[in-house]
Amino acid sequence: MRRISGIFWLGLKEMVSLRRDWVMMALLVWSFTLAPVMEATGVANSVNNASIAFADEDNSPLSRAMAASFFPPEFQPVVQIEPGSGPAHMDAGRFLFVVAIPPGFERDIRAGRTPEIQVLIDATAMEQAGIGARYITSILAAEIQRFALGRELVEPSPITLTMRSGFNPNRDTVRFAGIVALIGQIMWLTTILTGAAMIREREHGTIEHLLAMPLTPFDIAIAKIWANAAVVLAATALSLVFVMRGTLGITIAGSTSLFLLGTALFLFTATAMGVFLATVARSMAQFALLVMLTILPMLMLSGGETPVEGQPEWLQAGTLILPSRHYMSASQAIAFKGANINVVWSEFLWMAALGIVLLTASLLMFRRSVNN
Amino acid sequence: MSREEPPGAIRVSGVTHQYRKHIALDALSLDLPAGRLIGLIGPDGVGKSTLLGLITGAKALQSGSIEVLGGSIDDAAHRRRVCSDIAFMPQGLGRNLYAELSVRENLEFFARLFGQGQQEREIRIAALLSATGLSPFADRLMGKLSGGMKQKLGLCCALIHDPKLLVLDEPTTGVDPLSRRQFWSLIDAIRRDNRSLSVIVSTAYMDEAERFDSIVAMDAGRILFQGAPAELRGTERDLETAYRQLRAGTGPTIQTARQARRRIAPDPVIIARRLTRRFGDFIAVDSVDFSINRGEIFGFLGSNGCGKSTTMKMLTGLLPASAGDALLFGQPVDGRDRDMHREIGYMSQAFSLYGELTVYQNLLLHARIFDIPEQAARIDELTQRFGLAAHRDTLAATLPLGLKQRLSLAVAVIHRPRVLILDEPTSGVDPAARDTFWVLLEELSLDESVTIFVSTHFMGEAERCDRVSFMHAGRVLAEGTPEALMAAEAANTLEDAFVAILERAEPPEPATAPQVEDLPTKAGFGGGATRALAYGRRETVEILRDPVRLAFAFLGSAILMLVFCFGITLDIEDLDFAVLDLSQSPESRSYTAEIAGSRYFSPTTPLRSAADGQTQLAAGEISLVVELPPDFGRKLRAGEPTEVLATVDGAIPFKGETVEGYVYGLHQTFLDTLAREAGKAQREVARIEPRYRYNQSFESIAAMAPAMPAILLIMLPAVLTAVSVAREKELGSVTNFYVTPTTRLEFLVGKQLPYIAIAFANFLLLAAMTVVVFDVPLKGNPAPLAIGALLYVWATTSYGLVIATMTSNQVAATFATAIASVVPTIQFSGLLQPVSTLEGGAQIIGSLWPSSYFLHLNVGAFTKGLSWEALGPDLLALACFGPVLTAVAALSLRAQEK
Repeated sequence: MRRISGIFWLGLKEMVSLRRDWVMMALLVWSFTLAPVMEATGVANSVNNASIAFADEDNSPLSRAMAASFFPPEFQPVVQIEPGSGPAHMDAGRFLFVVAIPPGFERDIRAGRTPEIQVLIDATAMEQAGIGARYITSILAAEIQRFALGRELVEPSPITLTMRSGFNPNRDTVRFAGIVALIGQIMWLTTILTGAAMIREREHGTIEHLLAMPLTPFDIAIAKIWANAAVVLAATALSLVFVMRGTLGITIAGSTSLFLLGTALFLFTATAMGVFLATVARSMAQFALLVMLTILPMLMLSGGETPVEGQPEWLQAGTLILPSRHYMSASQAIAFKGANINVVWSEFLWMAALGIVLLTASLLMFRRSVNN
Repeated sequence: MSREEPPGAIRVSGVTHQYRKHIALDALSLDLPAGRLIGLIGPDGVGKSTLLGLITGAKALQSGSIEVLGGSIDDAAHRRRVCSDIAFMPQGLGRNLYAELSVRENLEFFARLFGQGQQEREIRIAALLSATGLSPFADRLMGKLSGGMKQKLGLCCALIHDPKLLVLDEPTTGVDPLSRRQFWSLIDAIRRDNRSLSVIVSTAYMDEAERFDSIVAMDAGRILFQGAPAELRGTERDLETAYRQLRAGTGPTIQTARQARRRIAPDPVIIARRLTRRFGDFIAVDSVDFSINRGEIFGFLGSNGCGKSTTMKMLTGLLPASAGDALLFGQPVDGRDRDMHREIGYMSQAFSLYGELTVYQNLLLHARIFDIPEQAARIDELTQRFGLAAHRDTLAATLPLGLKQRLSLAVAVIHRPRVLILDEPTSGVDPAARDTFWVLLEELSLDESVTIFVSTHFMGEAERCDRVSFMHAGRVLAEGTPEALMAAEAANTLEDAFVAILERAEPPEPATAPQVEDLPTKAGFGGGATRALAYGRRETVEILRDPVRLAFAFLGSAILMLVFCFGITLDIEDLDFAVLDLSQSPESRSYTAEIAGSRYFSPTTPLRSAADGQTQLAAGEISLVVELPPDFGRKLRAGEPTEVLATVDGAIPFKGETVEGYVYGLHQTFLDTLAREAGKAQREVARIEPRYRYNQSFESIAAMAPAMPAILLIMLPAVLTAVSVAREKELGSVTNFYVTPTTRLEFLVGKQLPYIAIAFANFLLLAAMTVVVFDVPLKGNPAPLAIGALLYVWATTSYGLVIATMTSNQVAATFATAIASVVPTIQFSGLLQPVSTLEGGAQIIGSLWPSSYFLHLNVGAFTKGLSWEALGPDLLALACFGPVLTAVAALSLRAQEK
């Protein structure tokens, strides 16, 4: 009982200390307000303002109609260029897409000769290139189809494909980017807060001071973990209400308390990660370098930036031991698809198991680092 | 100059110096003659260091004027002229030295800064090392030297260039009495040898002031007294008392003389038996024995690093002993025994409470952790008794040192422990506050029979203990009452007794001045390049000896390259999909087979209902549901229009769009097959042929691998460079740049050179990885690429320098640089969004950002196969960033401390 109250009061002190540390407070506020807003509204995840040029050697009503069918925000206004100059423009990085229409294009269609349009794509621009190419192809195809149907050159297709974008009918990228950004901030901030608090304590000699009291290394680490986890959890909840819903208009499809429960489980592992890195690092500067080398990969491979399915098989198996992957997967299911506990329980179990392993390891390491 | 007075005189007039609201120097005026040994005395925080920093030009003058060596030190040209005649050793053991460098390497670095050639350097270093007795330790790392040796090395580094003015800031603080005496003999020998040398020394030890030609006593930024030591002492017992009288003026001095020694009954509370602690092969505490009785004040004397703190930590259970026993109340000390901790009050070296809590909050926290009864009453009692009542709601960090120590003591006794273990509780505290502190200790011992085990390096405090023990190099050399120890050594003071015992244990070498008369002096030879290279060479050695920074420098980029390239691939294949086939006809089965047969999708168990599909989609088990209506087969056969419903997991927008693209494609293929089979050959109206340029197979790795170096080669080199500059600021060695002839550009370029080399090596590593690991061939010309990479890392390391000049510590430098380099690179350089698709302001930022050009260059050389002509504009642009950013860093770097 005495022990629990010791851990409680020590954790409370942690919060008082945090309130007075304006650098960390500023980081906390920044991470849960401006940072996710900027990330969510900043770089769009699909085709946006793409540069496109037409090398139109036909100059028929059809080719002009095709050039007129590209609109912002997906595309910049179409620029007409000299035939054959496409590759040079591309080398200089002026256009992502160049559409080349051969002479007599419309005439050939009327004559049923199946002419060919070339679409040059700068494949070094990955995301934009892939999706953009499909957009352009379908816009051009639709325009040609309309022309052909109107003149009864083709029969209508026997099967209509109706495409439905589940969970996100409007293809809204802000919601996705906002939630993923928030999750990323949770990972960074929790590790940095806990680790920095630990190292500061060691550098100021207060850890020894605490250990000379009826407190064990376990108590000290647990106090830091619960206090920092509680702060981040509260910040997450506030950010969901005021920043995600209030500013970005993002709502969570599933239950908010389930989302927060998942977050709490994840915070376990993230704070343990902070304690772990703090015991490995000999100074605050080393800690800062280590954080960059560990958290960045954890975040990149979590499936938030790009789908896990894109990773090679061996890596997909390896990233199963990353708590960030389970957290990302569970949060996406809850936030975007309204998943309930029956769906995400296995991810929760993973997080709890990984949290216990990481926490035990970091506590063992911590004890050793204090003794040396 | 043919003046009568040697040109070493210093004239300080009307100097005021402020740190925010705190006034460190208050309209101070002072004349110091040349060729003398002048002592600056006073406790911590009276402005001694500020004054010395201003005199040497390490700090920038705020107001007033200071003339040093015939000119104003505020005049940059004069400062540059005379800085090779001034030597400055800042406060703190080895603060301006480099812990990762050996003794010899430290000296070589300083010699190079003063442009000494190899021959001159070797003669001087040999002479200095032998004079100070450091020769046997020439290859030992500075960080591993004892305090006394660090100070000797500091002195050597200060003397390497034959200065006319030597300024030493508290050179003997924390050093054992014997080393202190040796230090002063060395100074005396040097002055005998070079009579025109002026020496200004500050000290917190009043007893040292006796040996100065003249002393300046300071308090609160003002001069209290200037004159000969004898003049200050006057009729007082010693200088310390005289200073205290001078300072206090008002208020009574606290009773210091101790009553007759008590008789202490032999009732051992703390016992150490052959107590030993080893760290690796270093023996910190070597078989120490003592026993301390109930109610006794037992003093532990010794220099920094002699093993006092380690012994105390073993007695509190903070450190397990390697051998021997530590007993408390007859029980072996056990760090995990919580009840034992309730009997001990421990106060560690330096202030270790929470500065961000108030006095009351600190006390309350400890009361709660110890779970003591009647907490409020106990806190009231302690704040009254320790004179903290008026400061109850003050933040502990803002208290004066003396009050902080009292608060620490109050915290240490809050749970009424029977044993108090205090590790150098009064170091740095002014004499009056030390007195008050000791009165409290004596009360605790007398009134409450608390056993007190206290370590100190002040002899005056040792005299107040019931018994003392001398410790040196891990061993206890002598133990007994102060009187008995003095009698045994026939010494007048405890210090003399200690020195006599130390000398027996370690016979000292005679102090001699370094003999460096016949030197082929070629001062200034080599100039700026030599100094820049000296910094570069030192930085290289340091980074090679720091495993974390080294790993970060070389493994960092490789690891992140692997993670990014494998992690951010956008090629998605083998996605699981499920079918809800309500038609169960040959046509519906062949439609399903079309999808299942592609490399993009693999089928899972067919669905029984639409709700089933929804659940699986929500759980992320499948990415696509294809629903075929009941009459699909029949209508198709009959030539009637029918439909297919495809539901895609759109939660991740990018993934959703990719999947939709796949489905459209497969649907079209199915229609074509269908038409061909029917013999109708659904005629294509026109063909749209996508041509993926530079990357025909459109694999993301071919685009990703050449793009990654652009971000990695800005983030890592910039962070490393920024940390290296911030580190010097944080650790204090930046003073060497302030007070030596080094210019800003030399300092920055010198520090930058090793990082340019490291970053370029990283570029080669990443390029090799791109070709070998990721199988992306280099199609273009490697020459312009290599030149571009060199220009780029010059720019990025310079960017690190720019940020470092604005930050003051390593953590801030790391995060600020990381954010300030990664964010613009990702947003504006075309990494995610090609520069041609950026709008307005973003496009302008992108064109002013070096990564945009290097990205274009690296991707161009690798996948576009571009050569000189095409890459020329990028090279030209890149060549501008390095010089401009270096110049900006040089202009914004302070040449003096604030």
